[in-house]
Amino acid sequence: MMNNKKILLSGNEAIARGAIQAGCGFYAGYPITPQNELIGYMSNHLRDSGGVFIQAESELAAINMVYGAAASGARAMTSSSSPGISLMQEGISYIAGSALPAVIVNIMRGGPGLGNIAPAQSDYFQATRGGGHGDYRLIVLAPDSVQEAYDLTREAFYLSDKYRVPAMILGDGVLGQMMEPVELSVKNAKMGDKSGWCLSGCQGRQPHVVKSFFLREGELEKFNLKLQKVYRRIEEKEARCEEMFLAGAEIILVAYGTMARIAKSVIMRLRNEGKKIGLIRPVSLWPFPREAFRAAGRNTEYLVLEMSYGQMLEDVRLAVAGRRKIEFLGRSGGGILSEGEIIDKIRSLIRKPGGRK
Amino acid sequence: MHKVFSVPDPLRKTPTHYCPGCGHGIAHRLVAEVIQDLGIRGKTIAVAPVGCAVVAYDYWKFDCSEAPHGRALAVATAIKRMQPEKIVFTYQGDGDLAAIGTNETIHAANRGENLSVVFINNAIYGMTGGQLAPTTLLGQKTSTSAAGRDKKLHGYPLKISEMLALLPGVCYLERVSLHNPGEVLKAKSAIRRAFQNQLEGLGFSLVEVLSPCPTYWGLSPREALDWIRDVMQKEFPLGRIK
Repeated sequence: MMNNKKILLSGNEAIARGAIQAGCGFYAGYPITPQNELIGYMSNHLRDSGGVFIQAESELAAINMVYGAAASGARAMTSSSSPGISLMQEGISYIAGSALPAVIVNIMRGGPGLGNIAPAQSDYFQATRGGGHGDYRLIVLAPDSVQEAYDLTREAFYLSDKYRVPAMILGDGVLGQMMEPVELSVKNAKMGDKSGWCLSGCQGRQPHVVKSFFLREGELEKFNLKLQKVYRRIEEKEARCEEMFLAGAEIILVAYGTMARIAKSVIMRLRNEGKKIGLIRPVSLWPFPREAFRAAGRNTEYLVLEMSYGQMLEDVRLAVAGRRKIEFLGRSGGGILSEGEIIDKIRSLIRKPGGRK
Repeated sequence: MHKVFSVPDPLRKTPTHYCPGCGHGIAHRLVAEVIQDLGIRGKTIAVAPVGCAVVAYDYWKFDCSEAPHGRALAVATAIKRMQPEKIVFTYQGDGDLAAIGTNETIHAANRGENLSVVFINNAIYGMTGGQLAPTTLLGQKTSTSAAGRDKKLHGYPLKISEMLALLPGVCYLERVSLHNPGEVLKAKSAIRRAFQNQLEGLGFSLVEVLSPCPTYWGLSPREALDWIRDVMQKEFPLGRIK
């Protein structure tokens, strides 16, 4: 069928194409591995759709250009990898504080510091807790396939516009680099009406000001309460996750992104042996899909798997609230958990006498 | 009776928060007068700095954006690229433009962004309490150089306008001053020129304005103007740089 035409893309290219399909009108970025295909694609193709591409002098400049483009009412995006995203935190805080929509892509690599260029998931705290200064949140979406990277990028623009909250696509070096067939969409992501606040010159209306500075007594608190109301609404409406084999599961694996793909292979192998293993894969990391953790049976325990030393683990603990046992397995800094390592851990949990109450 | 002096339309009729004798009020007014003269209020977008003039948008009556400290020219670059038909300018102090934002300044200028910049040089950090600025003169006392700026400890006053003159993307640079009415009129002409250049699509224009800060210079308003005339303009000579 003509509509189902698939093409082979890397995760980085899929995000770039998803953004352009979503009507991204502005991209600024600074080269950093492992997301260079993304900036490369944007430099070659964004102009064709009438957009503006700028290779910025730094990540600081890139995120602030995104601020300016978003203030102009455009769909604006930047992408980087861990150290570059750290540099952008000031700008992201200002974008959140000015209630501007924007999409930030982080194709994570090993840290802290310059770390290395191996895939990692160790920026989870930075992404889901805000990252910069102040009480703010990002909508954080974590694809586990190239197709989903394409689809969620479009979704990120839509959600960011809808709530005027910056959104982040959180992937890792594996997702960015690997190639998979992608079904391109002809769907548009509905654009929010920005005419009531964007900067376009005050001809025929009162001047607009885009700002995050609220010096008069009580003003900032009022603004923060407004933000909090938006965040609560997002938590109610926008949490999403993939669930597999939860009914009757004795062990539920919890993993996102690349780690979830490995977890899925493990599940298929162990279910063939008759083991009752399920999976919760958070797709939105903020809002965290807490509801998915309510349905577990009395004897279920969770095994959280991450390419970090236990960051999403804290959200699982908050969601489970002490009602079930939680185990953790993680590697980061170059290593990725293998199926074998995970299976060994699961077998040890199953064998453990009185391990599950 | 014929009215010869009034508040220009792009300026709000509201008292400012600036200290007595501060130059910002005059500079704000000059910008507003130029925008009025050119008839561009409806298509002007300003980017305000972080510093004493952060709330410039409370005094101007046209669209304004804030920018993080030093990043005004990155923000302005994107606004102008998205809306080339609009008139976009930044208004920045010496700390904003020539210390924390040096990188953004140099690269926006080097790309030849079609922008206008009003650069307020008062040789000090006003908003945070009178600390050493990149443009502080040698020997000038500040709250972080109590014994005066020492070249061995703090380096030299940064002449960023002269530095920018080397860049082919820059079409116009002029240093002006607010220390007497004649100079104020020259400052207005320079700001008008910077906006006119943008209207004609000529590239990056910057006007450096030597502006009094009596509070943190420890001088009376009158003495502060004399200090620009007698001391500051010797380090920062007035006139066309490019």
